[in-house]
This record gives sequence, C-alpha cells and structure tokens, in this order.
Amino acid sequence: MGSIVVDVMLKPEILDPQGQAVAGALPRLGIEGFTDVRQGKRFVLTVEGEVTDEHLAHARQAAETLLSNPVIEDVVAVHALDATAPTEGDA
Amino acid sequence: MKIGVVTFPGSLDDRDAARAVRAAGADVVTLWHGDRDLHGVDAVVLPGGFSYGDYLRCGAIARFAPVMDVLVPAAQGGLPVLGICNGFQVLCESHLLPGALIRNDHRKFNCVDQVLRVENASTTWTSAYAAGQEITIPLKNGEGGFVADEATLDRLEGEGRVVVRYVGANPNGSHRKIAGITNDRGNVVGLMPHPEHAIEPGYGPSTDGLDFFASALASLEQVVSA
Repeated sequence: MGSIVVDVMLKPEILDPQGQAVAGALPRLGIEGFTDVRQGKRFVLTVEGEVTDEHLAHARQAAETLLSNPVIEDVVAVHALDATAPTEGDA
Repeated sequence: MKIGVVTFPGSLDDRDAARAVRAAGADVVTLWHGDRDLHGVDAVVLPGGFSYGDYLRCGAIARFAPVMDVLVPAAQGGLPVLGICNGFQVLCESHLLPGALIRNDHRKFNCVDQVLRVENASTTWTSAYAAGQEITIPLKNGEGGFVADEATLDRLEGEGRVVVRYVGANPNGSHRKIAGITNDRGNVVGLMPHPEHAIEPGYGPSTDGLDFFASALASLEQVVSA
C-alpha cells in the first residue's frame, strides 16, 4: 500500500491562536528560543498498490477542494510517502 | 410563505430557527442535509451548531452535503438564504459569501449579549431595520473571527455589503469588527450572532432578532404582490 501526504498551513498573514497557545506553553516546559509557532494539518491518503501520477492528481484535487480553504490556508506539499525510508524521528 | 430550515448532523439551533420563522408568520419546512431538493421553499435558513462536529474546518464538510448541491445554485439565482453562526461558516466555505471564520483571537468560547449596528438595511433579511439601528442579540462561538484580505474587505465596505458590525470591544478579533455580510444581490446574508435567540419577550436579551425573519417574509410577500 502506498500513501500520499498532504500538508496544509494557515497563510502567514492569518492569525493562528492555536500556534500561539503552543508557543506560550513551551517556555513553561523550559523549552526556550522559539520566537513563533504555527500549527498546520497533515493528511495521509492511502491507496491500493503503488502511488501513481493519477493518485497524486486526485490528491491535489482533494487538497484544493476539501482539505484546504484557499481564503485562509495554503497547500504546502502533496507528495508520495516513501514507505521504505525511515520516517523522521526514527533512530 | 415557506421557509426551509436545514438540519445537518450536529446542527444545534435548528429548532430555535424554526420557531423564529413561525413567530415571524411564515410556515417552516424542515430540510435534511441529505435532501436533494428544496421542497419548494421560498427561502432557507442555515442554523447554528457544529455541523459534522466542526471537523476539518467549521462548515467545510457541510458544504458538500447533498442539500448544498441544490441550495448553492438556488442562492446564486436569488433564493433568500440566511446563515447564522455555523450557517455563516457554511456559506463562506461554499463561496456564496467571501472571507472565512477562524478561531477567536482570545482562544475562548464567547457567549454574550452582543450589541450590533445594522449597517445595511436593504438586504432581504434586514429590510425591517433602520440603517444605523443598534440591536442586542446573543453571540456564542469559538470560531467567529471574520477574516478576508484587504482588497475583499475594501470591496465589502465600498459596496455596502457589511450588514452588521460589532459595537464596543471587538468580541473575537473579526477584521473591521464585521459581524455579518451579504452577497452582491443582497439575498444571501451570513452573521455570527444569533437573531433566532432574541424573538420573544422574557427569552433572550431583547426581541431585536425577529426582524431578520420578518424582513424576509416582507420581501417574499412583496415579490408575490408585484
């Protein structure tokens, strides 16, 4: 099974109260040095078999119609997730 | 006159909206999110609540409900539509109205009796008010911050499409203290505050909300008699 990742972020000029709440909590944990936090959304769309160009095209269509609202959000990435590669954070 | 009130899974204020429609003197037709026709209604109210749990974005999933497939073209053709709170969010997600609603800037759910100024008293839903009139109706939401880019805001202001504006402190960070807007024809109106909760003495802060529904009824009767 293949998967496609769609990442959506609020546009830079749109206020992100959730990100601000996270930013406010970090210093309370003693984690310093981050001047801003922006929170986004990641969707993982799974398909039968390998990810094809057609799957990617459908994912882009989904990203632009349902998964994001172009008034306030940007689709920042649509790409196939490489199942064999270690995911970020793995040792 | 028949005014439809749509119920989505998670709608909350559909009963109150229906009650307000009856109080104004119109007949209510209950519409279901899965309906593929509007059952001959003369106008539609999209009520408040948390359609589809507000998952993804407020109104984002409701926008693709079967009833919206028939409502969107009807609204574009002139059918009067009022979106209250979650209904306003659905209208923005449907692109029947510009802009979007985001989380309140102070991050708290807000429930207050809110003073508004009626800026445009010529829409289908506000013709019974006087321009500049101040009204007090409940406001209750977590994601009521109206946002749009500067060009859109300037166009809304320039074309008189700001219908109601918050008076006093900005309750949720809405750009230019906008509480409600209309489309260019004036038949589609969306607002975050709840007129349907202020229609009867003893219940709610005033009876100021009733004229939203009376306005639509008067507009519809005018069309019939013309």
